[in-house]
Amino acid sequence: MTTTVYVPRDAAARSMGADQVAAAMAAAAPEARIVRNGSRGMLWLEPLVEVVTGSGRIAYGPVTPEQVPGLVAAGMLHGADHPLRHGPVDSIPYFAKQERLTFGRVGLIDPLNTDDYAAHGGWAGLRAALELAPEQIVATVLDSGLRGRGGAAFPTGIKWKTVLETEASQKYVVCNADEGDSGTFSDRMLLEGDPFAVIEGMIIAGLATGATAGFIYLRSEYPDAADALHTALASARAGGYLGPSILGSGKAFELEVRMGAGSYVCGEETALLESLEGKRGIVRYRPPMPAVQGLWGKPTALNNVVTLASVPIILARGGAYYREFGLGRSRGTLAFQLAGNIARGGLVERAFGVTLRELLYDYCGGSASGRPIRAVQVGGPLGAYIPAADFDLPLDYEAFAAKGAIVGHGGIVAFDDTADMAKLARYAFEFCAIESCGKCTPCRIGAVRGKETLDRLRAGDRPRHQLALLRDLCDTMEKGSLCAMGGMTPYPVKSALEHFPEDFGIERTPAANASGTRA
Amino acid sequence: MASMRERAPRADAADAAAPALDLPPEIVAAIDAAISAHRTRPGALLPILHDVTARIGYVPPAAIASIAHALNLSRAEVAGVVSYYHDFRDAPPGRCIVKVCRAEACQAVGADALVEHACTRLRVAMHATRDDGAVSLEPVYCLGNCALGPSITVDGKLYGRVTPERFDRLVAQVKP
Repeated sequence: MTTTVYVPRDAAARSMGADQVAAAMAAAAPEARIVRNGSRGMLWLEPLVEVVTGSGRIAYGPVTPEQVPGLVAAGMLHGADHPLRHGPVDSIPYFAKQERLTFGRVGLIDPLNTDDYAAHGGWAGLRAALELAPEQIVATVLDSGLRGRGGAAFPTGIKWKTVLETEASQKYVVCNADEGDSGTFSDRMLLEGDPFAVIEGMIIAGLATGATAGFIYLRSEYPDAADALHTALASARAGGYLGPSILGSGKAFELEVRMGAGSYVCGEETALLESLEGKRGIVRYRPPMPAVQGLWGKPTALNNVVTLASVPIILARGGAYYREFGLGRSRGTLAFQLAGNIARGGLVERAFGVTLRELLYDYCGGSASGRPIRAVQVGGPLGAYIPAADFDLPLDYEAFAAKGAIVGHGGIVAFDDTADMAKLARYAFEFCAIESCGKCTPCRIGAVRGKETLDRLRAGDRPRHQLALLRDLCDTMEKGSLCAMGGMTPYPVKSALEHFPEDFGIERTPAANASGTRA
Repeated sequence: MASMRERAPRADAADAAAPALDLPPEIVAAIDAAISAHRTRPGALLPILHDVTARIGYVPPAAIASIAHALNLSRAEVAGVVSYYHDFRDAPPGRCIVKVCRAEACQAVGADALVEHACTRLRVAMHATRDDGAVSLEPVYCLGNCALGPSITVDGKLYGRVTPERFDRLVAQVKP
């Protein structure tokens, strides 16, 4: 009997030599069938090789190409013991203790095989949606409580309802795959590990809103995701899931991938639309919202990758099933991404309400350096720095907002006690200055002046004066910027100042607060 | 309405007014091929610029007029897009392109020191191409490999957990 061996094709696994491991495996075990799967999200174990045995899929990792012949000789193909063996992959605590809804298939299946996708629940949501009226699809998504996973957390059902109710000769679905936040990779892992789920979600969005065309705007830093999408789109077309008549329903939907070009602000929805139209990625004034006037002025359902990939399971199992997970107004699950100075970094999908401490210590085993974790930045470069004293905060949109912080897209970057928080605060301004689209003054000028002011503060030049200036500047940026780029750059700056004033050469007193930080 | 500014591409690629290019014929051919591959797609400018970059490595300033002409845009509109996006360059890059991630997750595991090491080892500054054309060194803001930093790309290929020693092995093709 042919043994099946899984070696991930995920970009993170490849960055650690998965291609060479797959080649070494083919040479050492020519009788084995090698499947290139997505990553299970236990990234510190990549390349994580799985062997299908009578007692489940046995995991070995991290495997180097040089170790492959020895592993095969030791009986790996029969699941034999070895120092790299972790037992059945789904009993590894990090993985076993997750609630995998959106990422249920990632790592499990051959991501580019439509049959494997269908055998694991794929297309069930689309088939259910084809039996429903657009209003009923929208009602199901509203009922699930799903909110935008890109970071803004706007209710998806309300966005879709607006598109549905706006009359137009053409409507669009746009998938925002411009995942630029440092510390985030869930969009990438989904696009590489289960691209059909994103495609299925977009087709359902089309049925719900009356849109017949869609675009996936993918950042150019993700070439592996682009390859996976192009292959998956061709199969979906060949299988009749895309085209003039979806599964013979008479309803049309066509989809294409467009590449970004290295601009962070194009992750902002209106800048993204400008970029798709072939222009500079400059933020638009809102209103009109994209749901009313979006791509080429037409109503556009613009959603994040994880949001769209969560839709099929909601349609397949019902809104109530999804809503059962989570707490308060944060329903369902979020794919948390643990990154930076962390011992066991990776992806953990859990219902809202899990605490930072559980994620950082129970799952991830603390810092990679072995030193205390001093701070984490949650929600990307525009997210606040959170000190160890607040690690028991439940991850929930409202609880974080009450602290002047954000959950955002679920990225969590850990820093140990060697981190210079003043340098990181300066970097926040520096990054804003590099990536600002330049349309509004608070962001374009504020970022540069903020960097200069922080430099003077760090040099000890009239600190009280600089702090007053910073307070005023942060206030102007927050209230006066057109979008989150300028509007939220103060979050990391103010939180660093508030919780780590000593790094700025300031004594730890209430006066050290840069402004009315809501902590 | 902003969308009203979307103009139809010119119907005829061989329009008599098409500007002549002062570039080597193989580069002109590559630019023409990229234009004809995408000119009828909506929002064709980014696909064309990506395609030109894929074919010849950069967008020659002399190509802007012909791209603008084909899409019925002004030269300023095309030049503005080329200069806006990090991915488009107006001069040929080095024979090897090294990008080092400078974002927070990589900073948490020593990206700043790796940047310094890269500049020393490659004898080139960030954002620059070495005088002998051997290498270009650039920052990048997140490669989506944040649990396995510091991360770099060498000619588009991604590598994680890059120590100075691993860096030296990965750029062995570039003479010090």
